[in-house]
Amino acid sequence: MSSVSQFVASVNPTASADVGVRARLREIDESTRLPVLLFVGAALFWLLGGTFFALIASIKLHHPDFLGETEWLTFGIVRTVHLNTVIYGWASNAGIAVALWLMARLCRTKLHHGGILMVAMVFWNVGVLAGCLGIMAGDGLSIEWLEFPPYATPLLFLAYALTGVWCIITFRFRQSEHTYVSQWFLLAAFFWFPWIYSVAQIMLVIEPARGTIQALVNWWFAHNVLGLWFTPIGLAAAYYFIPKVLGKPIHSYYLSILGFWSLALFYNWAGVHHLIGGPVPAWVISAGTVASVMMVIPVIVTAINHHMTVVGSFAQVWRSPTLRFVVFGAMSYTLVSLQGSSMSLRTLNLHTHFTHYTVAHAHLGMYGFFTMIMFGSFYYILPRLLQKEWPSSMLISVHFWTASLGIILYFVGLSIGGLIQGMQMNNPDIPFLEVVANTIPYLVSRSVAGIIILVGHLAFTVSVVWMILKPRSPQETSPTLFRSPEAMPLRPST
Amino acid sequence: MNNGPLIFLGIFFALAFSWGGIIMTNHITYGSLEPYFDEATEEMFPKPIDGLAERGRRVYAELGCVYCHTQQVRRPGYGADTDRGWGNRQSVARDYILQDRVFLGTMRTGPDLMTVGQRLPSPEWHYNHFYNPQITSPGSIMPPYPFLFEKRRIVGEPSERALNLPPEFAPPEGYEIVPTPRADALVAYMLSLRMDYDLPEAPTAEQ
Repeated sequence: MSSVSQFVASVNPTASADVGVRARLREIDESTRLPVLLFVGAALFWLLGGTFFALIASIKLHHPDFLGETEWLTFGIVRTVHLNTVIYGWASNAGIAVALWLMARLCRTKLHHGGILMVAMVFWNVGVLAGCLGIMAGDGLSIEWLEFPPYATPLLFLAYALTGVWCIITFRFRQSEHTYVSQWFLLAAFFWFPWIYSVAQIMLVIEPARGTIQALVNWWFAHNVLGLWFTPIGLAAAYYFIPKVLGKPIHSYYLSILGFWSLALFYNWAGVHHLIGGPVPAWVISAGTVASVMMVIPVIVTAINHHMTVVGSFAQVWRSPTLRFVVFGAMSYTLVSLQGSSMSLRTLNLHTHFTHYTVAHAHLGMYGFFTMIMFGSFYYILPRLLQKEWPSSMLISVHFWTASLGIILYFVGLSIGGLIQGMQMNNPDIPFLEVVANTIPYLVSRSVAGIIILVGHLAFTVSVVWMILKPRSPQETSPTLFRSPEAMPLRPST
Repeated sequence: MNNGPLIFLGIFFALAFSWGGIIMTNHITYGSLEPYFDEATEEMFPKPIDGLAERGRRVYAELGCVYCHTQQVRRPGYGADTDRGWGNRQSVARDYILQDRVFLGTMRTGPDLMTVGQRLPSPEWHYNHFYNPQITSPGSIMPPYPFLFEKRRIVGEPSERALNLPPEFAPPEGYEIVPTPRADALVAYMLSLRMDYDLPEAPTAEQ
């Protein structure tokens, strides 16, 4: 069998050599269809909303008078609504959707108690909506990553608890002998998040800790949302889809164990590097810096593991929408993590702290890594849930190029602007307003990148809606790829 | 790794480690730090801010000022915070103990505000700056806050609280711009931001 036809079979939801396995997987997919689709729909809604607020915020930074008359559209509020819609609206909904689907598939069990998930989905999104409206009404708490007013957070917490309980139930019902690395990451994510979220709520909102202890709690939480919630889900998806679509096993089981435990051990200490130079005990900062640098271990280990799995199959990666996005995400993960380790060193942090450089870094993580992996996952999951193919490879292509070029432009422009800002701020001979003026061209480049990214999100939304609305066609026998397999030269089978 | 309970224990202790190390250890060691009593002057430092300024803190939170302004001064020699005149010593944990929400901040799109009350003691400057930052700081990218002010028709005598604006920012003839109570609170908060006392752990740098 040629590698091309093997590859096509591996990404094709309707054709498979093993009919028995296919039927079983289809049954599992059918049981997860409704909850996963609901989470995907909510995620898309927030993605568009979040992108819209992002653009307004970005334009305001170089045209401060833009929409300046309206209080709920002032920069401090728009920026905050953007952060919360993309983190708790888009990324969390998307992450939960992918996590549910992966968990059911990997446990080889049909979904039990799907009602729990529906309730969780409603609670979660009502919570996010209430939180965002609250921020616009002036009830935001101005605690970074925890701005939602206290009347929204219990809903979120309850939704989380329900999803976490469901996850553990499913894991207990698992039919598979073996527990795959993606399952470790998912279990960990669903256990870690409620913990950090409740500690942060208690020590910052309900019974605020004294003085700068708040800053420690704040950054322990905010960094762990990335490290212990989004990163495990993103890596779980990468660990699943790369080998799955290529039809090969992951390169090394032992490297995945090492990667998992070193991430679990080091990531949760790293957050305090956001407080370098600040009024907190120096030993905590040093410990955070050590942990941040130690993060090189899980990152390199994961990069090697993924790279060695992909090696020799780059043509397939390029052809498959899922893999193009997922591999872009995995590469961004390596880059953004190594960059993060370097930014925790005091010498570099001196120039990057308090600047747009950090903002660029955060977007490379949340967009270049996590969001791209979520897009890739959706390109795999949705055809299986809907039993239909993507309507247009053109739209997928537009989505890929706008998203990837958009985030590259965003990252490069804002990183340069941030470095200039940081270096000049540390030179007291340059007046502050001159530093501000020197960053404006880079802030404009960020708005341009934002418009490009918005085009991609619109293309993706059109794709999804079109796919849901179009009738199921019995003629569809092959998946939508960037190039049809017939057009590709077949390699002689070996 | 197929042993569910064992994986779970590992996951639990990994996070418990940093929770204990970063949060609980510090909560125990300096979570009940007290103000410093200066025996020479018989005063306590830091001093609490007054009620109006406290309301201004809330406006500061509502409008999200913390996303562009820090309130922390790094030590001399690490960055240019003191050279830029943002404080004459580094800020330390004790400076923040009376604030029910600490706005350390992580972004300096605008300058640090730890000592803005000492640097810019004029209320008029702050009112004009909030009404439109271009009046006091041309080229600034700070948004204007016209909604903290009321534009009203002058009936009889003009209000003595009306802003004294340069012609290109002034309202049309017969109108005046008057601060709302929220603007008053925010300005009071700005003026309350000071670090004009010594603490034994952070003496003022020798000039």
